[in-house]
Amino acid sequence: MTSTLTPVRKRSALTKGQLPKTAPYIVLAVALILGAAILALIGFNAFGWGLVSAILFAAGLVGWSLVVEGSRKAKDKLATCLVVGSFLIALLPLVSVIWTVLVNGLPGLLDPGFLTTSMNGVTGAFDNKTVEQGAPLLGGIYHAIVGTLLITVLATLISVPVGLLTAIYLVEYGQDRALARAITFFVDVMTGIPSIVAGLFAAAAFFAVVGPGTKTGAVAAVALSVLMIPVVVRSSEEMLKIVPNELREAAYALGVRKWRTILKVVLPTAISGIASGITLAIARVIGETAPILVTAGFATTINTNVFSGWMASLPTFIYTQILNPTSPSNPDPSSERAWGAALVLIILVMLLNLGARLVASLFAPKTGR
Amino acid sequence: MSKRIDVKDLNVYYGKFLAVEDVNINIDAKSVTAFIGPSGCGKSTFLRTLNRMHEVIPGARVEGEVLLDGDNLYGPGVDPVTVRSQIGMVFQRPNPFPTMSIRDNVLAGVKLNNKKISKGEADVLVERSLQGANLWNEVKDRLSKPGSGLSGGQQQRLCIARAIAVEPQVILMDEPCSALDPISTLAIEDLINELKDQYTVVIVTHNMQQAARVSDKTAFFNIAGTGKPGKLIEFGDTPTIFSNPTEKATEDYVSGRFG
Repeated sequence: MTSTLTPVRKRSALTKGQLPKTAPYIVLAVALILGAAILALIGFNAFGWGLVSAILFAAGLVGWSLVVEGSRKAKDKLATCLVVGSFLIALLPLVSVIWTVLVNGLPGLLDPGFLTTSMNGVTGAFDNKTVEQGAPLLGGIYHAIVGTLLITVLATLISVPVGLLTAIYLVEYGQDRALARAITFFVDVMTGIPSIVAGLFAAAAFFAVVGPGTKTGAVAAVALSVLMIPVVVRSSEEMLKIVPNELREAAYALGVRKWRTILKVVLPTAISGIASGITLAIARVIGETAPILVTAGFATTINTNVFSGWMASLPTFIYTQILNPTSPSNPDPSSERAWGAALVLIILVMLLNLGARLVASLFAPKTGR
Repeated sequence: MSKRIDVKDLNVYYGKFLAVEDVNINIDAKSVTAFIGPSGCGKSTFLRTLNRMHEVIPGARVEGEVLLDGDNLYGPGVDPVTVRSQIGMVFQRPNPFPTMSIRDNVLAGVKLNNKKISKGEADVLVERSLQGANLWNEVKDRLSKPGSGLSGGQQQRLCIARAIAVEPQVILMDEPCSALDPISTLAIEDLINELKDQYTVVIVTHNMQQAARVSDKTAFFNIAGTGKPGKLIEFGDTPTIFSNPTEKATEDYVSGRFG
C-alpha cells in the first residue's frame, strides 16, 4: 500500500519568500535611528532628519524586499514609497498653512468683539495702549465680513444666470455651430485672465459709464463675476453633458417642448453637480484681493450699500493691516487682526466646500426602493 | 382612440447618408405590426420617423410622406410636439426620469406640459395607466418612491404606463424587451396583446419568435451591404411571412440561414 500523504513542507510551492508583516515598522525604526545618527554628525535639524530617514526607509525596505521576495515585489514597494512620498510632500504645505493660520489667527479670533465690531474710530493710540499697558485689543472685522459676503453674493447673482444660460446654450442649442465654438474659445480665454486685469476692467468700465473714481461693492462684484463666469460655464457645461440623451428623448416622445424638457428634466437631473460647481466657483473668488482693492477700495467702517461708497473685504483687510498697520510704531495688534481675519476667511471657504457637498447630496437624484 | 399610418415613398437621411430607402407601408389601426431584420438595416431609424423623433439627431431629415389618418406628419407647419403627443414611444433601454417618483413618472406627460389636473383626476390617471401597463399591483404601495429603484422589467412597464398616460393614438416600441429577462418579456408581450384593443402598436424586435407571438403583420427590412441604404423587403400577415414568404431573403432570414 502506497502512502498518499504529501510530504510536509515548510511553505507552499506557489509562494516565494515573504517579509514579515512588521517589516515596514522595523525598517522605519531603523531608518529613524540611523537618520538621527547621521544628522547628529553634520548638525541636527528636523527637516533634514525627515528627509534622510525617508530615503533610508525607502532604500532599506526595497533592498530587503529584493533579497527576500524578488524583484517584482521590490518594484511594487519602490512604487508605493514614491506614491506615499509624493502625497506627503503635497500635504506638507497644506498642513503648514492651516497650522500657521490657526496658531497666529486664534488669539485674534478669540478677542472679544472681534467678529462684531468694525475698525471705525480705532486709531494707533489704542494699539499703542494695548502693547504698552496691556489694554484689551480694540477693533474687529465685522465690516470686512459684511463686505466680503455682500460682494460675493452680488457676484454670484450676476455670474450664475449668465454662466448657467451660456452652458445651456452650449449643450442644448449650440450643436457645434460657429457661435458655440467662439463662446467656448472665449470662455477658455476668460479662465486665464489674471484677477488684477478683471479688476482693472471692471473699474475702467464703471469709470466710463458711471463716472471717474467710482469705487463701490458693485464694481468689485462685476470684477469677481468676470472671474466666476467661466468657471460656472465650464462646470455647468460638464454637468449638463452627462445627462443621458435618453431622458431628453423620453420627454420629447411624451410631447414635451424643448425648453420645458430642459427646465424640468435636464436641469433637475444635473442640479446637484451644477450647485456644487457654483459653490466651488464662489470659494475660488471669495479670497481675491487685487480686483477688490482696485474696485471697492478699503474701508474701516461698516458699509452695507454695495452701490455707494468704499467697502472692506476680508482679503483687503488683511492686506492693509499688514502693509499699513493702524499704529506704525506697534504693528503687532494689526498683524494679530490680520491673522484672525485670515483664519475667518479659511473657515468661510471650508464651510462653502462643506456646503457644496451638502447641496450635492441634497439635490442628487433619489435612489432606493 | 387609434389611428392608421400610411407611409408613401419615404427616404430617411442622416446628413447626406441615405439610411432607409423608398419605404411604402400601410399600418392598420388597432393592430400590432412588427419590424424585423438584421442589425443596422434601419428598422429603428424608420420607426423614429413615425413620430418625428428622427429629426432630434443633428443633420437627420426625411423625404416623402407619413400619413396619420390621412394627415401628413411632415406637412408644412406641422408641429413635431403635436405629432409626438399623438404617437407615443417606448425605448430600448428603460428610461424613467431619475428625479421623479413612480407616480410623477406616470404623470410626467401631463405635469411637464404644465396642464392643470386635480389630485383626484391624477390618482385615477395613475391607477388606470399603471393597470394598463400591468404594474399597478407591484407598485401601488410605493408610488412615492423613485422610479429608478424598480427592476429593469418594472422600469420598462413604468415607461409604457408613462407613454399611455398621455393617451396617444399610436404606440411605437423600439426593441422594448431586448434588455429584459424572459419573465419580464412575457409580461410585456401580454401587455402588447391587451394594448392593441385600444391602440395601434408598432414594435421593432430582434427576436423573431417575439414577432411571431405578438404581431398581426410583420415587415422585414434588409440591407444590401455596409454603406448601402436599408430597404423594406416584404410586408404581410405574420403567419405568411414566417411560413410562406415570397422573397428569398425573407425566407433565409426567418429560417435562420443568416442574420
